[in-house]
Amino acid sequence: MAKNSLGREIPETFNGKSYIPYTDPHSIKPEAFHFQRASRVLKRNYSGASKVVGGLREAIVASGLKDGMTISTHHHLRNGDRLLNDLVREIDALGIRDIRIASSSVHIVHAELIPYIRKGVITALECGVNGPIGEQISRGELACPIIVRSHGGRARSVISGEVPIDVAFLAAPCCDEYGNFNGFYGPSACGSLGYALVDAQYARKVVAVTDNLVPFPALPIGVAQNIVDIVATVDSLGDPKKIVSSTTKLTKDPMGLLIAKYAATVIDASGYLKNGFSFQTGTGGISLAVAGHVRDMMRERRIKGSFGCGGITGFFVDMLDEGLFEGLFDVQCFDLKAVESIGRNRKHQEMSAGLYANPFNMGAVVNRLDCAILSATEIDVNFNVNVNTESSGLLLHNTGGHCDVANGAKVSIIVCPSIRGRLPMVRDEVTTITTPGETVGVVITERGIAVNDHLPELKAELIRRRAPVKDIRALRDEIYAVTGAPKPVEFTDKVVGLIEYLDGTIIDTVRTVRA
Amino acid sequence: MADSRLRRTLLFVPGNMPSMLQNVPLFKCDSVIIDLEDAVNHAEKDAARNLVRRFLKSWKERNKEVLVRINPLYTKWGHDDLKAILPEMPDAIRFPMCETPEMALELDAELTQYEAANGLKPGHFGILPSIETVKSVLNAYAIATSTKRIFGLAFGAEDYTASMGIARTNSGEDLVHPRMMVVMAAKAAGLQAIDSIFSDINDMEALRRETELVKRFGYTGKCLVNPRQIDVIHEVFAPKQEEIDYALEVVEAIRQAQEMGTGVISLKGKMVDAPIVKRAIHTLRVAYAQGLTDTPVDEEILNG
Repeated sequence: MAKNSLGREIPETFNGKSYIPYTDPHSIKPEAFHFQRASRVLKRNYSGASKVVGGLREAIVASGLKDGMTISTHHHLRNGDRLLNDLVREIDALGIRDIRIASSSVHIVHAELIPYIRKGVITALECGVNGPIGEQISRGELACPIIVRSHGGRARSVISGEVPIDVAFLAAPCCDEYGNFNGFYGPSACGSLGYALVDAQYARKVVAVTDNLVPFPALPIGVAQNIVDIVATVDSLGDPKKIVSSTTKLTKDPMGLLIAKYAATVIDASGYLKNGFSFQTGTGGISLAVAGHVRDMMRERRIKGSFGCGGITGFFVDMLDEGLFEGLFDVQCFDLKAVESIGRNRKHQEMSAGLYANPFNMGAVVNRLDCAILSATEIDVNFNVNVNTESSGLLLHNTGGHCDVANGAKVSIIVCPSIRGRLPMVRDEVTTITTPGETVGVVITERGIAVNDHLPELKAELIRRRAPVKDIRALRDEIYAVTGAPKPVEFTDKVVGLIEYLDGTIIDTVRTVRA
Repeated sequence: MADSRLRRTLLFVPGNMPSMLQNVPLFKCDSVIIDLEDAVNHAEKDAARNLVRRFLKSWKERNKEVLVRINPLYTKWGHDDLKAILPEMPDAIRFPMCETPEMALELDAELTQYEAANGLKPGHFGILPSIETVKSVLNAYAIATSTKRIFGLAFGAEDYTASMGIARTNSGEDLVHPRMMVVMAAKAAGLQAIDSIFSDINDMEALRRETELVKRFGYTGKCLVNPRQIDVIHEVFAPKQEEIDYALEVVEAIRQAQEMGTGVISLKGKMVDAPIVKRAIHTLRVAYAQGLTDTPVDEEILNG
């Protein structure tokens, strides 16, 4: 065991590989790893014949998938995804075992995979998970080593060859027989294919799986024929209506609205809210309420922003249509209004996860962000943020772009109610560190605003505006006065997962909770 | 008791809801009215009283004025409410269904007795009577002048319309006359006039129109039932920039006069008398609370 710079104990090896402990947000360079850049075997296909081989089973056979290999899928259909479950069922039926899953994310709907993990069909997860799989792993009820990566970190791991994907099975909502596809149209349209674009470039074999085979050519091209090996057809890729994972309505909760108002004050006080402003916010009632304030201020002051970024919602689409932003960078569509927009508006730009947030290139889009609103399940007095585990110690959430965006944005703003289910959300220590406090600018709860030391001018401006600025320790004390200090969760020594920082170093581990 | 405390927003919080009570310190209203009366059904009166007492005991750093709406003293709960609540030192009692000066005096006597028995300054507890029936509207001035504890009159539209046998509308023409009666009685007695709640919590535009209307009538504050209404009401009561500029000029004129030791103050050739100074101070206090000015009002000016 070695301690990383945040004091977390990191095992020297995990599941047969060694890792570098986290040091700081920016100094780790690609040279620290042996990987250079993944390259694919050069191929030659002189035939213009259709690449459709049949259904999933035929595609698995044609791809040459064997025991011990790594597969991937994308999660653009989120909780409406059917492909990963169907795929693993077919892999099992073919008798293939010891498969690693390196999908862009795994959702609650994929709890169906649990029996196949028990059976040995799946033996490792090279990606974070949402829901029951993580819960069972952290209870010690399910054995499957897991490495949780952010969106940018996953792109890095695939591009660098650190996680070599043998076969990528990519849901292709609008696809032709020669393998051109996009996500914009068809019964399973999910909009941006930002995560899949990385896999399509770097996987050894690329299988486009579609429920909507259109006459050649499928335009506009998102993924092109020259990097697609096989096309498979299925009845359905899933249900795009379930893309919406969170609320799409502004919160009506007075405390949520108070948090949103403080966040808007912080953005205003940051000095970045002027022509050229760039902004990212997620889904959820508070984030949307912040976006509402930002929109109103931009309208009122006739501000033309540069770009909105991230998972894109209908709210951002409206702001683009209104002319408040020059464009949108969309790594994934969060609702069907965004799906509809990306198919019609050239200023609504599909963005690969690599372009979005891979730290090892000549500059990701997150680097150009002024202000970003992020959530948290817990925050500690050093501004470290947890979004992976809950206060129960169970691994229930994937990182998403959290640490990527905090690392890149000039002002990263964490919004979080001070108390959830009688538990304090600002505390001495977080259960798991997802995002290091060094990259967090401001923490906002309904009880006040804590500003990190690296933003002294913002702090002074907020005080000048008589915003309720509090030292983060005072904020903790105020919350503890209501809730009491939480009893720490007890963990065993058994490390069942790693939380990887976007640069590939290990920022924390997941241990099983003591029953 | 003519005080000059800022009371733009007086938020009702049900006394039987721990989740709401817990957030009382966080609401941005000027005053909170913790309710033991209409919000609490008969079976829960005891429980609510205990909860409110506990809450007030635990709330050490009071950051807004605290009123408790007790049940009327003619009900079986009113006196017990007082007994439970007074030891936790609310600033004032919101007194429902106050129809006559005698009713106000009954509460006044009980408060006086409690203050004497506990070594408190006489008049420590204020009273904000609800003028919410036809009879109380007709008696408004007599009530307003019945005891010095009363710092304002709070018009209550819901019960008023019920006592008139009419339905309340969002347009408000049904309430023009009683509203005028109440504000006139309050002004004549030198008190603040506080308007009724607006119950449609989803219609912010109608709330804004109603608040603008009562502001024109002379009301300086409004009761409310949902924290989401606070911002709208504060926006309406916020002074305009030219009002702030004028108020600053008045204050500056007084300062200069004080420096020169002259008693008579004039601004741009006009006499500045006490009511003008008072209004200027009120304007600046509201402006500061609304974040429109950066410096708090120097209260000493009033004494100069």
